[in-house]
Amino acid sequence: MAEEKKATRKKIHAADLMNKIMADYFYGLNEAATTGKRKVAWCTSVGPAELLQALGFAVHFPENHAAMLGATRTSTDLIPAANAIGYSPDICSYLTADIGAYLKGFTPLAKAYPGIQSVPKPDVLVYNTNQCRDVQDWMAWYSRKLGVPSIGVTSPKNVDEVTDAHIDDVTRQIEALIPTLEGIAGVKLDMDRLREAASLARECTELWKQVLETAIASPSPITFFDETIHMAPAVVLRGTQQAIDYYKVLLAELEQRIRDGVGAVDGESSRIYWEGMPVWGRLRQHSELFANLKSTVLASTYCSSWIFPSFDWNDPIRSMAKAYLELFIVRSDRYKEKYIKGMIEKFRIDGIIYHDAKTCPYNSNSRYGLPGRVEADTGIPSLVISGDLNDLRLISDEQTKTNIEAFIEQIAEGR
Amino acid sequence: MSTPVFVGLDIGSSRTKVAVIGADRQVLGHAVRKSGTDFSATAAACLDESLEMAGTRRDGIAHAVSTGYGRANVGFVTAESKTEIGCLSRWGRDRFHEAVTIIDIGGQDNKVIKLDGDGRRASFKMNRKCAAGTGAFLEEMSLRLDIPLEAMDALARQSLEMVKLGSYCTVFSATEVLENIRHGKKVPDIVKGLFYSVVKRVLEMDSHAGRVVMTGGVVAHNPYIVEMAGEMVGQPVILPEYPQLAGAIGASLYALDETDPVGIRNNIPAGETNG
Repeated sequence: MAEEKKATRKKIHAADLMNKIMADYFYGLNEAATTGKRKVAWCTSVGPAELLQALGFAVHFPENHAAMLGATRTSTDLIPAANAIGYSPDICSYLTADIGAYLKGFTPLAKAYPGIQSVPKPDVLVYNTNQCRDVQDWMAWYSRKLGVPSIGVTSPKNVDEVTDAHIDDVTRQIEALIPTLEGIAGVKLDMDRLREAASLARECTELWKQVLETAIASPSPITFFDETIHMAPAVVLRGTQQAIDYYKVLLAELEQRIRDGVGAVDGESSRIYWEGMPVWGRLRQHSELFANLKSTVLASTYCSSWIFPSFDWNDPIRSMAKAYLELFIVRSDRYKEKYIKGMIEKFRIDGIIYHDAKTCPYNSNSRYGLPGRVEADTGIPSLVISGDLNDLRLISDEQTKTNIEAFIEQIAEGR
Repeated sequence: MSTPVFVGLDIGSSRTKVAVIGADRQVLGHAVRKSGTDFSATAAACLDESLEMAGTRRDGIAHAVSTGYGRANVGFVTAESKTEIGCLSRWGRDRFHEAVTIIDIGGQDNKVIKLDGDGRRASFKMNRKCAAGTGAFLEEMSLRLDIPLEAMDALARQSLEMVKLGSYCTVFSATEVLENIRHGKKVPDIVKGLFYSVVKRVLEMDSHAGRVVMTGGVVAHNPYIVEMAGEMVGQPVILPEYPQLAGAIGASLYALDETDPVGIRNNIPAGETNG
């Protein structure tokens, strides 16, 4: 039989440090929830985390938990529990997996971190609909279930240029959260602490950006699949010194790879941009598929969504509002096209893969003709694959494989 | 040793197809069988049948390339494999010297491949996960209607008043078919409606550039589908010689492209000479 070629994934040594930082983070959250020493807030991924940190909350990110459910391939067993209580299989599979996990009393944290038995019970739920309306419904369910308040920011959508009017709106909404959060935290907001959190968040995201930009090198020292793992501190610990310290270590390792001419994929022959969510339960499989094809998926919109250059020590609340509004997902198609074209040029991309995630229309930019427009303007070929972030019932592995193999073949033959 | 031949093996989800070509790129032999559960054995049987038709044996093979879902399951092929999209494009590049859109209707998936005027693959699309518009859809309907697959083409041609089916979903389409039977619709009208549904689904998958060519087992056995497609796109659609073998011929052309004749002839396990 013709043997399948096997590619080995190159270990990033900084991962050991990241695992320790993440363990400390989860144990810290657990301690806060179980001892009551600190109040716990749940926050959506690009919600006002800096504000919560400044008020002394331990912050849990349900989206991070949901991604863990996906990556551990447990989500598909949990989603039906949420479906059964009326949450459609067509809505966000982060939401359905996370609620399903709660209903079944399951968390991957328990297995990964001995001593932790459940996700930390919240004192308050805070959302920002810049991601989607689903996050608000997600928090609303827990609010009803756990009897804790759910408060948040309703962001505008399809924003072309972020104007003062947009920023004023979101600034006022963030400011309106403060009295409620102060009441729950039992402290007044210390503006110096908020300035510090915003400042640290900016430094973290600038380092994360530098990490992502190491992929400009040929061969790229890092892949999108690595990035989805290593972005964890930028998601849950931005605004802390640990995240900054971590990215300095990671950056140094990647820069060393560049100096040594070591690519994440041996014999890199094509460079691919990934637009959309990762398929969490298929990270390894996809990583190996591309590596076997000597193709590096090296840049993405998704992993770049934790870069916030607008955080400003001098004006923390307004700069938070601006940073959250500048997020790719909030923006107009015109902006998105321009952004993707810029990324193609910056990373010298040979082809784009759009992941059309069945349950995440907000992160699937393949549904309104954008791929065709970008392809017509740039001449860079694109491929749309059907899949999902967490619900593996919505994925055909064989069709995905055939599509990707044919796409890389097309790129190779087009040269 | 006889004149070298070049072999393409297309192990599809439903049927295995083998094409044998000579150095002049003409088809010398071919075979089609149900893929079944033992892809390797089926491929071996198809290979021997097509070689016999070509008047040669395995030691005459200069090179072979496999494709299709089972392309990694061809036990005796040590040569590289190619995707079916690549093979259909290679076939199209060889047969047409103009921009064409190849629409391939296979057992479980459909493909629309656009080649530019230089024969380069400009883009391709496969159907999403569902079976609408595929051979599997027609097989399911033939079972429901208890009509042999091979009788459908002639039946559809008898239709005077086609039944239109609306659903994307094979299962819901079956419900629609049953509903039409209950309402006394004639079988030819229902079968034509099924054909129309297939054509509509595949034509809707992508825009078309240049002339349209249809390939695959479904159109090989139901040429009326090609005629219907021609009416819908407003120009005659090309039904090539050997429509079901297009992918296999493309694979054999890749084999011919190879300069290093390392093919399969030295790698044939003794037990695999007969299927």
